[in-house]
Amino acid sequence: MEDLWCVAAGVFQVWVFVVVFLIMLPAMFGLSLGVTGVYIQILVRILEWATLRIQRGRQEQPRIIERAGGSMQEEMGPLRSSCSLSGREFALSDAFYFCKKGLESIADDQVTQRFSSEELASWNLLTRTNQNFRYISLRLTVIWGFGVFVRYCVLFPLRITLAIIGLSWLVIGTVLVGFLPESSVKNWLSELVHLTCYRICARGLSATIQYHNRENKPQKGGICVANHTSPIDIVILANDGCYAMVGQIHGGLMGVIQRSMVKACPHVWFERSEMKDRHAVTSRLRAHVAAKTKLPILIFPEGTCINNTSVMMFKKGSFEIGGTIYPVTIKYDPRFGDAFWNSSKYNMVSYLLRMMTSWAIVVNVWYLPPMTRQDGEDAAQFANRVKSAIADQGGLLDLAWDGGLKRGKVKDWYKEEQQKMYSSIIVGQNGFNSAAPCSAGPEQQ
Amino acid sequence: MGSRASTLLREEEIEEIKKETGFSHSQITRLYSRFTSLDKGENGTLSREDFQRIPELAINPLGDRIINAFFPEGEDQVNFRGFMRTLAHFRPIEDNEKNKNAAASEPLNSRTNKLLFAFRLYDLDRDDKISRDELLQVLRMMVGVNISDEQLGSIADRTIQEADTNGDNSISFNEFIKVLEKVDVEQKMSIRFLH
Repeated sequence: MEDLWCVAAGVFQVWVFVVVFLIMLPAMFGLSLGVTGVYIQILVRILEWATLRIQRGRQEQPRIIERAGGSMQEEMGPLRSSCSLSGREFALSDAFYFCKKGLESIADDQVTQRFSSEELASWNLLTRTNQNFRYISLRLTVIWGFGVFVRYCVLFPLRITLAIIGLSWLVIGTVLVGFLPESSVKNWLSELVHLTCYRICARGLSATIQYHNRENKPQKGGICVANHTSPIDIVILANDGCYAMVGQIHGGLMGVIQRSMVKACPHVWFERSEMKDRHAVTSRLRAHVAAKTKLPILIFPEGTCINNTSVMMFKKGSFEIGGTIYPVTIKYDPRFGDAFWNSSKYNMVSYLLRMMTSWAIVVNVWYLPPMTRQDGEDAAQFANRVKSAIADQGGLLDLAWDGGLKRGKVKDWYKEEQQKMYSSIIVGQNGFNSAAPCSAGPEQQ
Repeated sequence: MGSRASTLLREEEIEEIKKETGFSHSQITRLYSRFTSLDKGENGTLSREDFQRIPELAINPLGDRIINAFFPEGEDQVNFRGFMRTLAHFRPIEDNEKNKNAAASEPLNSRTNKLLFAFRLYDLDRDDKISRDELLQVLRMMVGVNISDEQLGSIADRTIQEADTNGDNSISFNEFIKVLEKVDVEQKMSIRFLH
C-alpha cells in the first residue's frame, strides 16, 4: 500500500515537472520545444498510410450533381419561337425551368452544407468523422483503437490540465495587473499575461499555428475582421498579439473571465439589452477606435460559425465604424480535427471536449494588407470587398448568402426578385402586347 | 465503427431502389447522405419544413409546388424510397441502358413521366385536368405581384384556348402532351447526376 502511494506521488511529480517546465515556461516566453512539430509529422505519416488503405477500398466523389449554368433568360429562350418583340408569351413549359432549378437545389445546394462539418475525402481515424467508411482491415482497426487510447487517456488529461491552468492564470493575472495604476508598465504586463494564457490554452489544444505575412498585423486603433469557424478562433488570433474583444457579457464562468480581463486592458463588453441597440454599439466601438492608443478590436462579421469551407455574408455594421480594417483569414486543416462548432448539435462544453480529444488543431493564419473604405463605396460594398479578399486568400468559397440562414428563414425579397425577373420575360418592360404579330401557329415551340 | 449513414440503408434496399429508379449504387448512397443531412428530426422521413430549410428552394417561385410533388396524396412525410422515386423523374433519358429492364413498365424518367410530373405541378387538385383557375394560381406564383389580374387572366385564357382541343375549357394530360410535343423535355427536365 505504501509503495503504491510512493509510486503515485512519483508519477505526480514527474507530471508537474513536465507541465511546468516543458510547457508553461516556454509558453511564457513564446518558445517552442518542437515536440508538437514532431507529433504532427508522425500524425501526417500515419494518416497518409491510413488514407491509402481506405482508398484501395473505394472512390468517393463529393458532388452529387453537375449544374448547368445559364440565367433565366437563356434557359427559357430556346423554348420560344423567334418572337422578339417586347416580351414573349407565357408557355406551359416555362415551369420546367423552375422545376429543374428546384430539384437541383434539393439534390445539392450551396448553403445547408456550410452549417455542418466538412466531409473529408479520407478518414482521419476519428470515429466522429466516419460517415461513409466501413470496416476495412484489422490493422486499421488496431491503429484506430490505439488512437482512441492515446487521445482519451494520454492527451486529454494533459490538455484539460493545461486549459485549467491557462484560464486560472488569466483570471488571477489580470486581476493582479488591474491593481496597478495606468502606465506603460501595466500595458506591458497585461500583454504578457494575456499572451501567456492564450499560449497555454493553445498548447492545451495541441494547436500548431502558422502565421503568414506578419508585417500586416493589426495595429492599435484599427479593427481586425476574420472569418468565423469556432470560439477557438479567439485563442488562435490572440496567440500572436493582443486584441480588444467585443461581445456580450455572460454569466457564470465566462462572466468571471470577462470581468477580470477588462480590469487589465479595455475590452468592449455589452449588456444583453445594449446589443439590440445598433446605434449604441456602433458609437461605443467608434469611441474605442478613435482613441488611437487602444488595442485593435476583433470582430467576426459573419455573426455565426461557418464550417470553414466558405465565407458567408459579412454584416455591414462592423464596416460602418470607420478606421482601418485589417482582414485576417483563418483556415483549419480538417485532417487533424474538425474545428467547426455546430451550435445546434453540440453545446460549448461538449464542443470543447471534442476539441480536446482530437488529434490536433493545425491552423494557417494569413494577415492581409489593411483596407479602408473608398469614396463612393457604401458599407455593404466595402464589406463584400473585404470578404472576397479573405475568401481568396484562404481558398474558401465566397458566398453571398447570410450566415443567419443557419437558424432563420430566407428573406422573401429574393423570391420577389425571381418573380419580377420572370414577369419581365413574359410581359416585357413596356407592358402587355396583346396582338402579338408572331409567326402563325402556336407560340409554344 | 460502422458508418452512421449507410448502416441504416441495407444492401437489399439499395438493390430495390436501383431496379425501380435506375440510379447507380454510388448515386444512391450519396443521395442517402443528402437525405439524412436534410432530415433534421432524424426519424427517417422528411417533412415539408425540412425542404423549406433549403434557401435556394425557398426562394423558388414554384418551391411549394415542387415540395408538394414529393408527398403522396394526404401525407406529410416522405421516406427515402419516395424521395428517390421523385428524383428519378429527373434522370437523363440517355442514361437508360438498352434492355436493362425491357420487360419492366415504363421507366420513371421517360418523356411521358417527366411531362406528367410537370402536369401535376399545374394540376393543384389532382383531378387530371388543369382548369383556368388552377392555371391562374400557378401563374400568380410565378409572377408575384408584377402583373395585373386582367393581364394574367388574358394569358391564362389564351393558353387554354390554344391547348384545349375538346372544348371543355381545361387542359387534360393528352392535350398537355400535344402542346409540348416540340419541346425538348428530355433536356429541360433532366439533372446531370454524377456517377
